[in-house]
Amino acid sequence: MFSAKQLECVKGYDSLFKDIHFELHLGEVMRIHGTNGSGKTSLLRILTGLSLPETGEVFYNGVNIEDDCEAFNQNLTYIGHHNGLKADLSALENLQLSQEYLAKTNDISAESALEQVGLSGYEHILTHQLSAGQKRRVALARLHLSRTPLWLLDEPTTAIDVDGVKHFEQTIEQHALNGGMVMLTSHQDLSFGQANTLALNLS
Amino acid sequence: MASSNFKAFKAELKADLTLAYRNKSALFNPLLFFIMVAVLFAFGVGPETTVLSTLAPGVVWVAALLSSLLALDHLFREDYDNGSLEQLVLSPHSSSGLVLAKIIVHWLVTGLPLIIISPFIGLMMQLPSQAFGTMILSLLLGTPALSLIGAVGVGLTAGVKRSGLLLSLLVIPLFIPVLIFGASAVQAATMGLPVSGQLYLLAAFSMMSLMLAPFAASAAIRISLN
Repeated sequence: MFSAKQLECVKGYDSLFKDIHFELHLGEVMRIHGTNGSGKTSLLRILTGLSLPETGEVFYNGVNIEDDCEAFNQNLTYIGHHNGLKADLSALENLQLSQEYLAKTNDISAESALEQVGLSGYEHILTHQLSAGQKRRVALARLHLSRTPLWLLDEPTTAIDVDGVKHFEQTIEQHALNGGMVMLTSHQDLSFGQANTLALNLS
Repeated sequence: MASSNFKAFKAELKADLTLAYRNKSALFNPLLFFIMVAVLFAFGVGPETTVLSTLAPGVVWVAALLSSLLALDHLFREDYDNGSLEQLVLSPHSSSGLVLAKIIVHWLVTGLPLIIISPFIGLMMQLPSQAFGTMILSLLLGTPALSLIGAVGVGLTAGVKRSGLLLSLLVIPLFIPVLIFGASAVQAATMGLPVSGQLYLLAAFSMMSLMLAPFAASAAIRISLN
């Protein structure tokens, strides 16, 4: 279970949000709703442990993530606003590095993960030569490699085309049905089929 | 866990070496700077052999120090901008280990070439021949400390745009002891004096920064990402 209590985030002198509570159980998908600038990215960064909240705590299986960030990181896959891809490495090399970073991986190769996001044939193209959508697909290919229970995704479908979004929805649904947890932000209409979908409003 | 840490360390090492190979300007800029400083110095001072050879130990070390400072900015900059540093910090492997891999590659790419080219600089600066060995050895022992100490400063300033000046202010005071003992080792060698004391101290600086800097740098990166 992934939960947070009384989270508050302050940027400059303004409080972006406060009193955020939620509980996310195995098999659930939670969408964070909010207007531009309402703090969705800030919230996700706090939930990963990258940023510290002004007040409040985040728990993974009842343990504060600050107390044992190594154990928490073993269970986490985060795709942020930035893709985390090195421009002068090829799509495949980037993904192989991500595979080494992940604690729990599926038994599939980086090549087949790229194939699943529709990038077969692009393995050896340097990342800076790919289009914005293709880069995002390389980042999302990490989800196929990952076997961590918790996925935190910041605007995962930015620049992704219609087919790609459909495939992404299926990936999320499958992860939730397999007992995973997903938290994501998106401005698009996404539906995750049979997965139990919750909403968290920031405003 | 230890073995998977080592695997991740090797993967990072390999990825960064590939990147360095593909982006050769990062390799040649500091090297060119090093050569230019020495050449211009030789022209500026004039062909007076005795003056040049008196200045040589200091000039070689100052040029090496400035060119490693010049190269430092690249250490985490791209990774900060493209989000790889976030992934590095959130990976379950020891982030100080991964940071150490980056520093090692950085030294191999920017520090080692300086050492290889340094005999030519020594020749140009009329460095007495008995001091060549000491010059190479002192650079070999001293420049890792520069990369390691520098990494802490770069980590702290990774989130700051145009951080060059701030970075220099942060790390130059820490570079000064390395410069003093490095240059004084070469100076002593030109006069035929024993140099082991200075070399031991340089080695000690490097060992100490090898122990502490990766932890400090990864903590600094966490602060920058916050």
